[in-house]
Amino acid sequence: MSVVSLYMLDPIRALGRYTLLLTHAFESLNEFHTYRKNLFDQMVKIGIDSLPITALAAAFSGAVTTVQTAYQLVSPLFPKSIIGSIVAPSMILELGAVVTGFILTGRVGARIAAELGTMRVTEQIDALEAMGLNSIGYLIIPRVLAGVLMFPVLYIAAVLVGVGGGIAVAHLGGWVPAGEFVSGAREFFNPFDPVFGIIKSLVFGFVITSISCYKGYYTSGGAEGVGRSTTEAAVTSCVYILLADLVLAMTLL
Amino acid sequence: MIEAKNLFKSFNDRPVLEDVNMQIEEGETFAIIGRSGSGKSVLMKHLIGLLKPDSGEILIDGVDINKLDYRALRTVRRQFGVLFQGGALFDSMTSFENVAFPLATFTDKKPAEIARVVHECLEMVELEDVGNKMPSELSGGMKKRVALARAIALRPKYIFYDEPNTGLDPETSNTIDALISGLSDRLNVTSIVVTHDMHSVLSIADRAAFIHQGTIRWIGTVEELHASTDDVLLDFVKAHEYQIGGPRTSVATNPPSY
Repeated sequence: MSVVSLYMLDPIRALGRYTLLLTHAFESLNEFHTYRKNLFDQMVKIGIDSLPITALAAAFSGAVTTVQTAYQLVSPLFPKSIIGSIVAPSMILELGAVVTGFILTGRVGARIAAELGTMRVTEQIDALEAMGLNSIGYLIIPRVLAGVLMFPVLYIAAVLVGVGGGIAVAHLGGWVPAGEFVSGAREFFNPFDPVFGIIKSLVFGFVITSISCYKGYYTSGGAEGVGRSTTEAAVTSCVYILLADLVLAMTLL
Repeated sequence: MIEAKNLFKSFNDRPVLEDVNMQIEEGETFAIIGRSGSGKSVLMKHLIGLLKPDSGEILIDGVDINKLDYRALRTVRRQFGVLFQGGALFDSMTSFENVAFPLATFTDKKPAEIARVVHECLEMVELEDVGNKMPSELSGGMKKRVALARAIALRPKYIFYDEPNTGLDPETSNTIDALISGLSDRLNVTSIVVTHDMHSVLSIADRAAFIHQGTIRWIGTVEELHASTDDVLLDFVKAHEYQIGGPRTSVATNPPSY
């Protein structure tokens, strides 16, 4: 019974509670006055405050991809501009969203789970409810909405900085002149690629914030419970980002 | 008036409340007493609607709160002030912001009016000068007093206290008791105090219910407490007397045989 419970019933229960929490959250969407102030706070915390680390990670991803592509394609058979043709779509299609997703799982997901988990174990969530406030509307809606609204912004910033990093390294390292890199990138540019990237970042934003809210909101067991929720939020978000990445690629590309 | 009727609750097939029935009258200070783990905090969470019973009713002024939808339940809860065990202050806000929070959220008061009410509430708990401090900068007793100020900000009809004296030194504990007593008279509220501190019960409560293994074992006025012949209740009361220096013989066990 315990094995059945552990491997079959528990995941189903968790999915049920996650769905109920999100249903309740969506029902609270019309109570805008409850979460208006929190929404702007969270947009700053999730979006603006994450810009430096996202830009840093994206710049290095773009630069490393450029160096590795140049290393693999050193051949008179290929024009140098092909490096731009490979690096730019890589950033737009995959790296921009995934690097942002992983960075923000650690930075945003863990913070949300720890914050809500601490509020749960110190009865702050009970205090909100006992006052007559809709705690899900007040705490969860602004975080999930801020994630969905700000992840595409961070994705666009990551792509721009990543491609910029690639151009800078290619040019300064003497592999490809900046002009050739850009012309290569433009030659193979597909207008659907950035649309796909934005869809991906919307999904990742939702996955990370909703899973982290769920883990944090249902924390139990004191300080140890908060630690467990934080770890589970980060690990589960990473797994579902990878899964969503594959499903989106298979269905949309 | 608050009524609990035939209340049953189990967690993971373990019964926590079994056929609990009680009435709390308007204006009285009612203590729910019992050992740790007896089910008294669970009962309090049912009275506020934070937990739903497996069966039974909780009537607040005649309305069964478990039959209300979420929005209506929240409206009923606005008559409640709750002091949680650790205070449950929002740790991202200052003391002032904590007390102002329910006022800013649920009333149309202007900031100047909110500030006036906050200062009035902080004055009632004798903490006029901690408005700018964060909860992490306050002692345990101060946190509870700020939380009490927040609980009374909307002038509730009912105030619930969950273990108000736990973790406090005797002097601060007496201060909290005096505040509970003073606020009950000053604001004319109904107070429900969940506690295992008999000293507190004897000094502030009008009536008490003794919960033992999920059932109400005894209910009556504080004056009737000592006249009770219930062994389990008397053991509980005597254990308290021992703590404050009562006769040791009443709780002493047999000496070891070696």
